[in-house]
Amino acid sequence: MREKVPGPTSKAGSIPTKMGSWSTVKPVLKGRCTFCLFCWIFCPEGAISQDEANKVVLFNYEECKGCGICAHECPTKAIKMAEPEPRGGE
Amino acid sequence: MKLRNVSKEELYRCSYGCAGCASVLAVRLTLKVLGRNSVFVVPANCISTVSCYYPQAPFFVPMTVMAFAATGAALCGISAGFKRRGREDIHVVGFSGDGGTADIGIQSLSGAIDSGYKFIYICYDNEAYMNTGIQRSGLTPYGATTSTTPSPCFENRPKKDMMRIVAAHDIPYAATACTSYPLDYMQKVEKASKVNGPTYIHVLAPCPTGWGFPPERTIEIGRMAVESGMWQLMEFEGGEFRITHTPRRRRPVAEYFEAQARFRHLRLEEIEAIQREIDASR
Repeated sequence: MREKVPGPTSKAGSIPTKMGSWSTVKPVLKGRCTFCLFCWIFCPEGAISQDEANKVVLFNYEECKGCGICAHECPTKAIKMAEPEPRGGE
Repeated sequence: MKLRNVSKEELYRCSYGCAGCASVLAVRLTLKVLGRNSVFVVPANCISTVSCYYPQAPFFVPMTVMAFAATGAALCGISAGFKRRGREDIHVVGFSGDGGTADIGIQSLSGAIDSGYKFIYICYDNEAYMNTGIQRSGLTPYGATTSTTPSPCFENRPKKDMMRIVAAHDIPYAATACTSYPLDYMQKVEKASKVNGPTYIHVLAPCPTGWGFPPERTIEIGRMAVESGMWQLMEFEGGEFRITHTPRRRRPVAEYFEAQARFRHLRLEEIEAIQREIDASR
């Protein structure tokens, strides 16, 4: 789950540890996205990115902790929290 | 400022913060405004705790962990160094918690503001010492339970008014904000970054773990705090206070209290007394 990312200001870079394994539920886009970007600005993890071409938001499940702020704040209730598929034993 | 124009670059990623943490959101929003050209000083608080597990490093900008009482001193030192080297374009940001600002770091903050160096001091206020196990701080509001002020003998002192304290230093710019109003907060950070002198921003960051509410309600609780009058969004500039956001209708403070476990023990007459106090200060 660890990848080294070259940092913008330091040569050594940074090693973000993906926290997706914390989530018990994950957000999915079920309804029509109006591209208001409320979910994007309110996501504490920055796990939501913008798809400018298709005018929808994308979720990064590797970084999403499943807090559910995006689904709660979505004005059109287009985002729903769904149970993730069971993970395989490690 | 519009949401479409906000920087898409994420300079704070993959922290160990709890799900729904508003202080992590506050760092993210700050870095969206200031960008790569900034240096962070973080004393012992939630942010340094969730960002400094070896080998993880969520900050994509230089960041130093400082002793609890020395945030202001470190800010002055770094700012003086940049001034000597002619790099005053770099934003020096202190990111301290409420205990590190109002209790332990207050003399250092006071000295730093007095020195007049250019820096931004951001106090994210989650109203207790959250990362060590929810102990009361000077910024815990009246009526809240914490692990050191448990339910029958709850917190009986009012919240310290940090804005009046920093305003008494004749600071060039100070503001209060809330993570539930991100554009308002980001505008204030932008304004502070353009001031050539010390600036102070006090941002309310609801804490799902310490306040006792489900993580998806973080933004809603912050909004309730502003709408009920428990928290005001204001600016201090040129010797005058200015309210930047007035809620369209006031919510009863009982709604805000009912949503959180830390106020669950309050009796009706106590809530009414707090409501009367808020109405009187309007």
